[in-house]
Amino acid sequence: MKIQEADAKSLLLAQGLPVPPWTVARSPAEVGTAAETYFRAGAAKVVVKAQVLVGGRGKAGGVKLAGSPQEAVGVGAKILGMDIKGITVHKVLVGAAVDIVKEYYLGAIIDRAGRRITLMASAEGGVEIEEVARQNPGAIHRVSADPLLGLLPFQARALGLAIGLRDPLLNPFVAIAQGLFAAMKANDADLVEVNPLVIASEVGPDGKTSQRLLCIDAKITLDDSGLPRHPKLEVLRDLDEEDPTDAEARRLGINFIHLDGTIGCMVNGAGLAMTTMDLVKHYGGEPANFLDVGGGARHETVCGAMELILADPNVNAILVNIFGGITRGDEVAAGLIEARAEQSREVPMVVRIVGTNAAEAAEMLQKANFVTAASLDEAAEKAVALSKGAAR
Amino acid sequence: MSILVGRETRLVVQGITGREGEFHTRASIAYGTNVVAGTRPGKGGQMAIDGKVPIFDTVAQAVAEVGANTSVIYIPASGAPDAILEAIDAGIATIVCITEGIPALDMIPVVEAARRIGARLIGPNCPGATSPGRAKIGIIPASIHKEGRVGVVSRSGTLTYEAVQAMTDAGLGQSTCVGIGGDPIIGTTFLDVLKLFRDDPETDAIVMIGEIGGSAEEEAAAFAAEHLKGVPMAAFIAGRTAPPGRRMGHAGAIISGGAGTAAEKIAALETAGVRVADSPTQLPRLLLEAGYRP
Repeated sequence: MKIQEADAKSLLLAQGLPVPPWTVARSPAEVGTAAETYFRAGAAKVVVKAQVLVGGRGKAGGVKLAGSPQEAVGVGAKILGMDIKGITVHKVLVGAAVDIVKEYYLGAIIDRAGRRITLMASAEGGVEIEEVARQNPGAIHRVSADPLLGLLPFQARALGLAIGLRDPLLNPFVAIAQGLFAAMKANDADLVEVNPLVIASEVGPDGKTSQRLLCIDAKITLDDSGLPRHPKLEVLRDLDEEDPTDAEARRLGINFIHLDGTIGCMVNGAGLAMTTMDLVKHYGGEPANFLDVGGGARHETVCGAMELILADPNVNAILVNIFGGITRGDEVAAGLIEARAEQSREVPMVVRIVGTNAAEAAEMLQKANFVTAASLDEAAEKAVALSKGAAR
Repeated sequence: MSILVGRETRLVVQGITGREGEFHTRASIAYGTNVVAGTRPGKGGQMAIDGKVPIFDTVAQAVAEVGANTSVIYIPASGAPDAILEAIDAGIATIVCITEGIPALDMIPVVEAARRIGARLIGPNCPGATSPGRAKIGIIPASIHKEGRVGVVSRSGTLTYEAVQAMTDAGLGQSTCVGIGGDPIIGTTFLDVLKLFRDDPETDAIVMIGEIGGSAEEEAAAFAAEHLKGVPMAAFIAGRTAPPGRRMGHAGAIISGGAGTAAEKIAALETAGVRVADSPTQLPRLLLEAGYRP
């Protein structure tokens, strides 16, 4: 689950990371009020940033500076309601603009091959790390946290030294890196990024200039499997940016991803669900969704999944593909029969059920006059034909 | 002697009294697997599966009293990491974790603990392993298998069944079929299984089923190019049509930052000389084209 910058910053702040204050505003007036506070506290400029879960906000015009509260209101009015990669901006983050001396990248990811948490840092901050990885891979430095002991101070120090940090910023960097690691563990995140991490120049009340490290932008992705034990994080889910079907799929405990095609798919198992989509495409059709009913789906789940598929008006044919292992074919068949009796509209359907309790399922489906298929390829071909027939 | 699972397997089922544990234990026993014990803390001394299998409170007791050497775990995600560690501590050599939905960060120390002791952990979020005609651990349906000499390894569950069914329908039997699991952090990788197949005198050809996300297929391709020359091999990669940035059911199946796409994996495999199928049903034909003669 992706969370907004402001929420990611809260999670970093909770681990003691230096994050400058911010305010979330939902209207130009709120932007103005927030900006006034920062100007009164001595800010030379404020920054207004769109809160959306897609990258490339800056390029899309979703991040702007303002030199006065009035200007901030104008900037806020421009950004709020803006469309960034198909997402409407409903809220912005307002904060004092920082005097940046240098930008760095710091991130923690799960290294699947090494089966560890890896921290990455680069002196080329402020740009997408994927871009740095393509253009100048040598500029990205990595350390892998010990799988049992965690990120050790000497490892964090080595990373700070590698990106050129020295006294007096080295020890603060170590604390930030360890805090980042702690934030990952505390929230079951699979990605935590501070980009940019900056050296900020600040003028104190005595008029003297000093430098310190600040986390200017934050991105956190949470491991969906960890969410059940973090009920407080579930409220960070941004329902503004979610398809309404996503919430229903979560309630049913199924994996559902809406796509743009016409053939609704209901499959058990993620790999087989992807393969079913691939074969629909291979035989000339377009899948309307990815849907994995999960292991051991029973008929309530099947009925709910069918409603989700039918809620998409583009769906004109349905392909059910169940290879029973932990899932029992007869329970799926019972669900399909019940779903068809109750469903909101008639759509041609082809059903393939093999594996555990497939014989029982076949008998039930035959009695109920379902169109069936024996192989995956046959099922995909039939579904594509049904869809094309329905379109004519 | 087959790899991972076979006639020497003495299985303890962790979570034998649960709905899935009981159902699939019955299927394993029916297939001929030697199920010697089950565990259910607090119910030690009772019997499960119609009085056929003794229940112990701990895995250590199952090892000490009936000589369990392999375990399968049907325990919910909140308790599964502990169940794996208990099995490692009890000296179990091969641990198969079926459980889905374990947070990835929980698995990092668990996989490390298994590695340090030298225990073989398969999964989590995997369908298990079968040595056709000998033993079956996990949830793979028994009916799809046929004895033979093709090794099958897969990141997926039901897609494995699809591939194995296609092989069996074409008359190509299997030596060992193993699902390694779709999570980001797993105990046994493609690479580990390919090494086992290479060294297994009973495996003459290999089928590999991958999917989008991560780079395990690319690593496997590099190994195949170097160490599996002359071994007929065919592969299938799921997720050609998967949109980037979305987790496709499996926690590990996500195209992120433009990496982990099916196209990259297919290219890596083809460069390594592995034939890649457009549909799992083509796998038997591709193996024959690669020179495999059953």
